[in-house]
Amino acid sequence: MLSVLQIVRDNWLLLLIGQYPYGPLGGIAATLILSVFGILLAFPLSVALALARTSPLRWLRWPVTGLVYVTRGVPLLMIILWTYFLLPALLGHPVSGFTTMLCTLILYEGCYLSEVVRAGIEALPKGQTEAAKALGHGYFGRMRWIILPQALFNMLPSMLSQFISTIQDTTLGYVINVQELTFAANQINNQLLTQPFQVFFILAITYFVVCFTLTQFTHWLERLIAARRRGGALPASARAALEDDLPLPTGEELL
Amino acid sequence: MQPFDLAAVFSNPDFVSMILTGIRFTFLVFAGSWLLGMALAAALLTIRLMPSAIAQHAVAAYVSYHRNVPTLVQLMLWYFGISNLLPDDLQAWLADHNGEAIFAIIALGLCQAAFFSEDLRSGLRAVAPGQAEAARALGHSYLGSMRWVILPQAVRNAIPALVNHSVSLFKNSSLAMAIGVAELTHAVREVESRSFRTFEVYAVGTLFYLVVSLLLMAAGAVLARRFRLAAAR
Repeated sequence: MLSVLQIVRDNWLLLLIGQYPYGPLGGIAATLILSVFGILLAFPLSVALALARTSPLRWLRWPVTGLVYVTRGVPLLMIILWTYFLLPALLGHPVSGFTTMLCTLILYEGCYLSEVVRAGIEALPKGQTEAAKALGHGYFGRMRWIILPQALFNMLPSMLSQFISTIQDTTLGYVINVQELTFAANQINNQLLTQPFQVFFILAITYFVVCFTLTQFTHWLERLIAARRRGGALPASARAALEDDLPLPTGEELL
Repeated sequence: MQPFDLAAVFSNPDFVSMILTGIRFTFLVFAGSWLLGMALAAALLTIRLMPSAIAQHAVAAYVSYHRNVPTLVQLMLWYFGISNLLPDDLQAWLADHNGEAIFAIIALGLCQAAFFSEDLRSGLRAVAPGQAEAARALGHSYLGSMRWVILPQAVRNAIPALVNHSVSLFKNSSLAMAIGVAELTHAVREVESRSFRTFEVYAVGTLFYLVVSLLLMAAGAVLARRFRLAAAR
């Protein structure tokens, strides 16, 4: 236990920001920047994909459904390797590991998030669409003013869960040497050589603290939204739709 | 870039045997951790059903740890960290007997148990309380009502979630590459660095993962439909 504290005391700066300002930004800072930007940029993509998947136009629905299935059927690691190989070839110049990882996350999380958004859209009662049509809204007006505001609000807890998954997914950047928290821990381990258990224990606890805090916040948000919706839409069907589609079910059972 | 040519990879018997070994290890890690995960999940669920607050909190803590720590970090903690705490002769034995694969199975299995046990618990909670009461009223014992009335319904409710988590376990078996297990992703990288046929090798690996994942999803859909039909009879 003492040695754990000793390692933290000697290496806290490396765990926090990596070798910055003498090298690239790393540590927890890079992990959080990567996951925050990953999910923020994945969000517009996910809405577009969800609209395409729920679209009545077949030529729009089928290719996007295919893309989502392929992304869900292939390990993230494989997609990282593809991006690592294709991105520099397409752009014609070398790309940093950080950018490669960010692009992969946008695509990957965008596809998963689109399933969340789609579940949110499909869980809304049909009457919402019909009422919006009766009021004279066209397709885009309907989506912009009636459907998406409700669907996205109801799905806020699930989107937050996806953000937690994104934080966990950034660890895979380790494979292409992205300088984030897991990379920093491996650096410390390679310096010390004799205390691998203590080093990886610190790493696990750090991720646990970050993700557990966010998980608790998700539960709180979920209860808040459920309370606001009481007597309104269909929380049960929304939850059922989500559990059918997503590898990480959200709900009160998370803890 | 060279033209796409699968024969360039498959005409070399070394590459073919590396990929086949990779596929074997991928299935080994997947099957091993699936079985370990399911067995542990049943145990965790049993503990959670006990009327002891301590037991329930212990299981909740176990689940929370495995859900909030990234799977790759769990693998590293087992392979680099916990292996180092073991006695020397055991470490030597593991080094001789595919220690990486054993630790990958342990780490992924323990992690999967947390997900499976929660799936089963949700399935159990979705069974209406009247079912248990009716079973007892019909003269079933506690175990009898579990065996014949409650569990069949609970498992049926849990199937979609269990299938989803099985698919993600299959995909997560690729993480074992980071601790040096010679599974498919590892083999793909190895063949790529030797043949420089990146496109072809990646395509083969990706296609394999995709086909197996889709087959698992389809099997899950068939299973769910058969259970629904059985329930309707």
